Amino acid sequence: MSEREATEGEGPLLDNARPPANVHDALVAHTARPQDLPARADCVVVGGGIMGLATAFHLAELGVKDVVVVEKSYLCSGASGRNGGGVRAQWSSETNIRLMRESQDLCADFATRMRINVWYRKGGYLFLARSPERAAQLEASVQLQRANGLRTELVDAVRVKRIAPEVETTGLEVASYGPDDAVVFPWPFVWGYAKACAERGVGVFTHTPVTGFETDGRRIRAVVTEAGAIATDQVVLATGAWSPELAAMLGLSLPNRPHRHEICSTESLKPFLRPLVADLATGLYCSQSMRGELVGGVSNERVPEGLDQRSSLRFLGLYSRELLRTIPRAGGLRVLRQWGGCYDLTPDGNPIVGRTDELEGLVLLCGFMGHGFMMAPVMGKRVAEHLVRGAHRELFERWSLTRYRTGKLLEETMILG
Amino acid sequence: MSDKIIMCRCEDVTRHQLEEAVARGHRDIESLKRFTGFGTGWCQGKQCAALCARVLVELGGEPPEAPFTPRPPVHPIPLAHLARLTEDPEAP
Ligand SMILES: Cc1cc2nc3c(=O)[nH]c(=O)nc-3n(C[C@H](O)[C@H](O)[C@H](O)COP(=O)(O)OP(=O)(O)OC[C@H]3O[C@@H](n4cnc5c(N)ncnc54)[C@H](O)[C@@H]3O)c2cc1C
Repeated sequence: MSEREATEGEGPLLDNARPPANVHDALVAHTARPQDLPARADCVVVGGGIMGLATAFHLAELGVKDVVVVEKSYLCSGASGRNGGGVRAQWSSETNIRLMRESQDLCADFATRMRINVWYRKGGYLFLARSPERAAQLEASVQLQRANGLRTELVDAVRVKRIAPEVETTGLEVASYGPDDAVVFPWPFVWGYAKACAERGVGVFTHTPVTGFETDGRRIRAVVTEAGAIATDQVVLATGAWSPELAAMLGLSLPNRPHRHEICSTESLKPFLRPLVADLATGLYCSQSMRGELVGGVSNERVPEGLDQRSSLRFLGLYSRELLRTIPRAGGLRVLRQWGGCYDLTPDGNPIVGRTDELEGLVLLCGFMGHGFMMAPVMGKRVAEHLVRGAHRELFERWSLTRYRTGKLLEETMILG
Repeated sequence: MSDKIIMCRCEDVTRHQLEEAVARGHRDIESLKRFTGFGTGWCQGKQCAALCARVLVELGGEPPEAPFTPRPPVHPIPLAHLARLTEDPEAP
């Protein structure tokens, strides 16, 4: 990360985030209806997931007047309402470690600043390595994390038993423990941004699918929705796993592909498991939420192609087997509900964020794999600062779509799922 | 008074909370479920879904065409039983 990056991102991100005093907690509707869609806007954010809402919020904070979010369905209908709520800074690239440190601070403060309970629980993340190769990978990541100021530690079986007594340590090589990692409940996080948007005059239009765009050469003229067109020359495309579809409407071809990821939750128990426990080899992760449920998932390569948010019985078998290998005592716990959502996969495991060579007013904000929720607080702020002040150019050039043409691909080895 | 009428017994959701949610723009059944949490507890909505849907319509929300998306399993199943599911190479 350049020096410019390091200094521009300083300070707490939500410092000005207190809503104006006069609004207090008046009954402001979080969402607007398609029939009230405006005819023009300074900026249209397509996609009402956590990325789009966080960006719209920060645009309003930076003084952009007419910001509009258009969402085809209800809020929380996409991945942002279907994820595990894991928020960790244990990554293997310097960029991700630093960004996530900042995002974590924002998450820790979110409830107070947005005045909404997000069930934030800082129980840490415990990554298990059960082969020498995985151990070596964890060791390298921990070294980099510590060099970047994280409190991550390599821990042996004895320490693992102290941190999480229920975890089976037979066959364990080593584990990494990040005490500052956390989990949140995703839904109120989404409402928190929606509420803050509404309080600042950002229209969040749900049930308003975008069907196309009007362009004039390199310029965008309008966003066309089922409820009418909005004239604008600035568009942020934050449509997660749907982004290739939306980009195609603009004549752009994205290398992302949707990949179904399933997850389930059990009945509630008294708190017994502090950290989120994960294994990069199998993609297993599991945490106990503030509601007491065990929430978790596992890698599954064999899923239907394309956008598919259904759940399968096969997943429950895969997950239960891996979970019980890791926490054998959980066998009597009953699964209450399961569901599915889409990861937004990119060929190099890094997101696609930034401007494009083809269109002037367009910013892409997608490709966040299975970790876009935790990235949203810091990304929303940076993308807004980029749009308004041209900040963070270096990062968004590195993360731009252009890297797939120039071959400057990136790396990340700590992807779960 | 409406803050005392329980709609969802598992998650302690009151009529008042449904009213507030609709006033805040959560006017369809899926949003209402997520915003109030009704139907996400032990019975997974088997007891409250119809009642909450009726209240939503009374409050002027979108009449649901179906109950919210059901989430398997129909009855809670222990992880130990699920772990014995055999891997079917054909299954999706
Ligand atoms: C099961 C599961 C577990 C996960 N666990 C974690 C985790 O623990 N931690 C973490 O950080 N991340 C996790 N993720 C990933 C995370 O959920 C996503 O990266 C993140 O939510 C992406 O946010 P988004 O706003 O980009 O996308 P979404 O939330 O998918 O939002 C995109 C929105 O665009 C809308 N849209 C689509 N087409 C149109 C159109 N034509 N017009 C208007 N709107 C449109 C969609 O309806 C959708 O609401 C998980 C994902 C899944 C599926």
